[in-house]
This record gives sequence, structure tokens and C-alpha cells, in this order.
Amino acid sequence: MPPLLLVSLVLALSTLAFWQGKRRAFALSTQASSVKMHSRPGYYGMLAALWCALPALTIVVVWQLAADSLLTRMAMDGVAAAKGALTPDQVNLLVNDMRNLVTGSVVDSQIDPLLQAAADRYSGMLRISHMALAVVALVTAAVGAYLVHARIKPSLRARNQVELVIEVILTLCSTFAVFITIGIVLSVLFESIRFFQQIPFFDFLFGLKWSPQMAIRADQAGSSGSFGAVPVLMGTFLISGIAMAIAVPFGLMSAIYLSEYAGPKFRATVKPLLEILAGVPTVVYGFFAALVVAPFIRDLGVMTGLSVSSESALAAGLVMGIMIIPFVSSLSDDVINAVPQAMRDGSYGLGATKSETIKLVILPAALPGIVGSILLAVSRAIGETMIVVMAAGLAANLTVNPLQAVTTVTVQIVTLLVGDQEFDSPKTLAAFALGMLLFVVTLALNVVALYVVRKYREEYE
Amino acid sequence: MAPAMDTILDMRDVIMGKDEAEAAVATKARKVDRDQRTTVGVPFVEEPRMICREVNVFYGDKHAINNVSIDVGKNEVLAMIGPSGCGKSTFLRCLNRMNDTVASCRVTGEILLDALNIYDKKVDVVPLRAQVGMVFQKPNPFPKSIFDNVAYGPKIHGLVNNKTELNDVVEDSLKKAGLWNEVSDRLDQPGTGLSGGQQQRLCIARAIAVRPEVILMDEPCSALDPIATATVEDLITELKEHYTIVIVTHNMQQAARVSQRTAYFHLGDLVEVGPTDRIFTNPRHQLTEDYITGRFG
Ligand SMILES: Nc1ncnc2c1ncn2[C@@H]1O[C@H](COP(=O)(O)OP(=O)(O)O)[C@@H](O)[C@H]1O
Ligand SMILES: [Mg+2]
Repeated sequence: MPPLLLVSLVLALSTLAFWQGKRRAFALSTQASSVKMHSRPGYYGMLAALWCALPALTIVVVWQLAADSLLTRMAMDGVAAAKGALTPDQVNLLVNDMRNLVTGSVVDSQIDPLLQAAADRYSGMLRISHMALAVVALVTAAVGAYLVHARIKPSLRARNQVELVIEVILTLCSTFAVFITIGIVLSVLFESIRFFQQIPFFDFLFGLKWSPQMAIRADQAGSSGSFGAVPVLMGTFLISGIAMAIAVPFGLMSAIYLSEYAGPKFRATVKPLLEILAGVPTVVYGFFAALVVAPFIRDLGVMTGLSVSSESALAAGLVMGIMIIPFVSSLSDDVINAVPQAMRDGSYGLGATKSETIKLVILPAALPGIVGSILLAVSRAIGETMIVVMAAGLAANLTVNPLQAVTTVTVQIVTLLVGDQEFDSPKTLAAFALGMLLFVVTLALNVVALYVVRKYREEYE
Repeated sequence: MAPAMDTILDMRDVIMGKDEAEAAVATKARKVDRDQRTTVGVPFVEEPRMICREVNVFYGDKHAINNVSIDVGKNEVLAMIGPSGCGKSTFLRCLNRMNDTVASCRVTGEILLDALNIYDKKVDVVPLRAQVGMVFQKPNPFPKSIFDNVAYGPKIHGLVNNKTELNDVVEDSLKKAGLWNEVSDRLDQPGTGLSGGQQQRLCIARAIAVRPEVILMDEPCSALDPIATATVEDLITELKEHYTIVIVTHNMQQAARVSQRTAYFHLGDLVEVGPTDRIFTNPRHQLTEDYITGRFG
């Protein structure tokens, strides 16, 4: 029986268990009016359904996870030995061939009889495994449902048990994201450690030259292979700084205008329009930066006698700033609106003007939320890749001059990982080290922001 | 100004004459009928600080205050009572133009503060609200320190020139509000951390700090426990020496305790005005009697 059908069957059984349990509890409650049922009938049904479905589904999942490797091992038993001494890679290759045989997508014209036998064994065992699983799961489901059903009586605390199960499920869901994050960090961390085994940590952190091309042959020219992250990080900070210099004033002021000055109609039209800015694909912003803004800045430079490279940090930063305006404005607008009207009344009642009220009461009260929105915008800016690739270039110049081409951490990660990679070369591993660095930087930013918010928070309730 | 004032004085004579005549009738227990909505009693005083004449307030099409004329005397506490939604808050908010913040709100008629028509186009609400301060139903201290809460008004109005003057104003205001002893050692703590009654007295101190002449209070004790309420009531009685106070309240005992005159509002009409003890012992309008005897509220 295919697993999908099995799962549907188990769910159907559990639905049945729900109705039966509910029916029985209801019958009990009407029949004996002297004793009161502990919970409402639905909870008894729910309990039966949970005991029916959860153990059976758990068995299905665990079985499926374990069965494949177990069956493969059993099917391939003896095949590798017959082939003589093999490296693990070659064994993997054989396993793949066997699987291809099982699914029928044969690439090789000559089929190895040993492998064909293994494939047949595998298919046979898989059928048996599916059958056994179906029997075990359905029996578990039925037994679970029956056990609860038989135990339904007024003293059974069904509601409390159901709520406990639901709480456990909620807890698992909420920790899921945390575990995924830890997994991501660990995977990046391991590759970074491999990188630092080849390149000294401090060379990476404080090196002033970024030129990740490694010489493949000894006599190759122009490939120094130096991995100093400072220029790249500098580029990220420069471009993000320019972007924030655009986004924070524009975003904050439009938020203040929208929430305090604009009429409801204007607000209702302009706010969604502003939010559309956030929905434009970044590639499109990239076009805009590369085809409109960058040439414009260069022309402006020519007119004023400044030397501007055709790809500049300024162009990328400007466009990125425009892109993240809505992040700042929309969220800030929400938090400003959340400041209670009583605060405004209190201030106006003392004869404060609108601008005094905004400056002295509303903005301080909304500060934590505003910092939060700015932080979100900063992480967007630091993580942004496409605009920078298209408008700021790939040259890792160590400069604070916004008129020159720079590159950023994200862009370098992309260029390092595009194309053929060897996972034992520092060139590829450097991408993970950069990723780790980016992660640490954003984490530090978050911590600082949290501290700022705590320190200057003005509670208004 | 002149013609308006003349008619006002005429009206006063007429009404006072009529009033006395009615008083004689009223003692014989005949109340003014429920349907009659002209003001019963004496809405005018000898020494007025604020004069309101034929005030109408509209929220869009809704007529919230209907032709109300009343004086607020110097250094008196005027209580405004009435069932919910009868327009007490609306009328109170007219007295310092807080209604300007409500877009749909329109006010007609005359409201004078010491002979200045506060709804005149040339009047700036900023100094007006400094002269006519306001304390709200729910204590609403700013999320700042106790000191900054009180210093807020003097700072924005430029009432002080240096830090010592500011310190003096803050201390003086907190003392007048009866809060100094409780908070003098923690002026840098957030005002929102105080208890409800302390917060409300902080709001009163905040209003006093801008040296107003009139203080408007909209149900200042409705969010407070009985002990805090008693403290605030004592404070109101003390403040009367220096300020004119208009207080809206749901609590009739409170009106009786703190006020000299009471005005009873009903569905946007000013139904009856008079000395507080007279209103509570011998109301002349049937609606007033219904309300204070608890037939509706
Ligand atoms: N901002 C507003 N917009 C529209 N109608 C309002 C507004 N404020 C009050 N009202 C209406 O005006 C009437 C008087 O309200 P209010 O002055 O708050 O009464 P009170 O303070 O006596 O309970 C009520 O019917 C109320 O619904
Ligand atoms: Mg009210």
C-alpha cells in the first residue's frame, strides 16, 4: 500500500474515532443524569482521534525514514564484496546505479546481473515493507482508538489531556524554527572551520586585500589568493550606510506625515502605494540602478569635474535606499499610530503644538518600534545582493569614497559559489566564512539595537 | 462685544426674576416638566471668568450640545453632571478648544475667557490651552520621568530661563498637587510607574506647571480607587483658592463634596444650574430629580 494512501486511511480512521467517541460520551452524559461528565463530548472524541492518529502517523514517519537505508544495505549486501575492494565513493555509485534500475531509468546499456539481482531484491523487500507498515499502522490506529473508546467514562479528564497534547504540538512548532536556525548556523560554521584550517583567522578578519583567485598551476600569474575580508565588509557598510541615509529620513518623515498630518483618504491611498515599492523585484531595482542612476551620477560627476566610475557605491546605495523606504515608513507608521490618543490629548491639553507633540511625546514613545523598523531595513540592506551586483561592481576596492566601485559580502559569496566549485579549495570555502561573518555582524547589530531599545524605551501603558 | 453683553445682562435680569418666582413655586414641590428644555436656575454669576453664550456643538450632522449658556465664576468649582453621552465632555472640551483635534466637530456661539472670545479666528490655541488646562479621565502621564512630565509645559512655553527656575517650578507644582512628599526622592523615575492616584495628581501638577487660570477636569477620579479619589478631591478643594475649576463627574457625592455650583446636562441640553446644595436637596427640574434620585444614569 503506498504511504500516501495509508496516511489518508489513518486520518479517516481517526475521524471515525472522533465521531464514535463523541457519540459514546454524549450517550453517557444523557443516560446517567446523576453523574456529570468531566468534559464536553467533543473532547472525548478528540482524545480518541488523537490516540488513533498520532501513534500511527509517528510509526509511518519513522518507518519511512529508516526503511530506505536499511533496505538498500540489505539489497546491496554482498554486491560490493563481490566487486572487490571499493572506495566509499565507488560504493555510492553502485548504490545509485541500483536505484536507477529500481526506478527503471537505465542509462547504461549493459546491465550488471549482480546489480539487477540487488535491484530485484530491493523492490521485493520494499513491497513487503510497505505491506508490513500498513498492517502495523492500521492496527496501532485501531488499538489506540479502541483503548480510548473503552475508557470513556465520566471521570476521564479528556479536556485536560487533549489540551496537553495540543500544547505539546504548539511547543514543537515554535521550536522548529529555532532548530532550523541552529542547523543553518552549524552548517555554515563547519565549512568556515574548514576554511580557517587553510587560511589564518586573523588574515581573513583583518586582511586588507581581497583577491580570492587561487593559482591552479604553480606558474599561473595574477592569482594571489588573498582573503582579507576588510574591503568586502567595508563595501557592505558603505552601501548600507548610503542606503540608510536615504531610507531613514525619507521613511520616518513619510511615516510621520502619514500618521499625524495626512487625512484618512490620503493615507488609505498612499500607504499601499508606498508598500508596492517593497514588492518590486530587486532585479528591477538593479536595472534602474545600472541603467538610470549610475549613468546619471557619472554625468553629474563629469559636469562637476569629479571622477566617478561607471559602477559606483553611490548608485547602488541610492537605489537600495529607495527600495527599503517602505520598510521604515510602513512599520514606523504602524507604531506611531499605536501610541495612544491619550498621549496626544495630554500634550495638546498643555498647549503644545503638533510638532512639539510629535517631537517630544510621540516619537519617544514610538522609539522602540522605530528602531525595530530601522533594524529590519538595515538587515535588508546588508543582505541585498542583486542591486549591488548590477550597480556597484565586483571590484574589491578598499575605499570610503562612494563614487568608486566597491563590492559587498553577499556579492562575493555569489561570485564565489557560481560555476564549478571544488569544496576543498579555500576559494569556495571563503564563501562560508563570509556568510559566517555576515551572520555575526547582523547578530551584533540586533543585540545592540535590543540594548538601545531597552535603555530608551518609554512605556506608555 | 457690546450688544452681545447687553442682551446677556438683560437676559440675566429676566431669568433671575423668573427664577425667583419659580423658586417660590418649586418649594411647593411642583417640578418643571420633563419636556421643557430651557435652562432652569441661574446660569450666570457676578464675577465670571468664562462666559458661554448660545453654544452649539455638532459632530458632523449630530447635534451634541444645544444652545447652552452658562458662566464659570472666579475661583469656584463648577460641577457638570448628567447621564452618559449627554455632552458633558463635549462641552468641557469646548472651553479650551480641545475639540479642534476632532475633524468633524463644529462649534457655534460665543465662549469668552476674561472678555477674549476664544473661538475668534485670531486666537492662538497654544496660549489659550496654557491658560485653560485640562486633566483627563484616565491618568495619562507621558512615558517620561516624573520631572520631565511636570517640566514639559514650562519648557514648551518658555516659562523658565534656566535649570534652577525649572526645578523651582517643578517642585512648586508637585507641592501644589500634593505629590511632592511622595516623589521628591525619585523624580527621575518614570511617571508611568506611579500608582493610579499618584499618576492623576502628576497630571494635575503637569497642568498647574503652565500656570493656568482655569483647570478643566473630565471625570478625574473615575479610574481611581476610593482612597486616591479622596486625595484628589481634597486637592481640588485646595486648588480652588488659586484656580477656577470645571469638573465633570459621574459621582454625585463627589459633585456635592467639591463643587459650589452644579450644572445638569441632559441629551445636549443644559437643563438646570444652581448652587450645589440646592440642586441636590431641591432640584427644580423633573429630569434633574430623576437623575439625582437614581431613576436613570
Ligand atoms: N468624536 C466624536 N465624534 C462623533 N460623535 C461624538 C464624538 N465625541 C462624542 N460624540 C457624541 O456626542 C455625544 C456627547 O458625548 P460626550 O460629550 O462624550 O458625552 P459625556 O461625556 O456626557 O458622556 C454622544 O452622543 C457622543 O456619541
Ligand atoms: Mg465623558
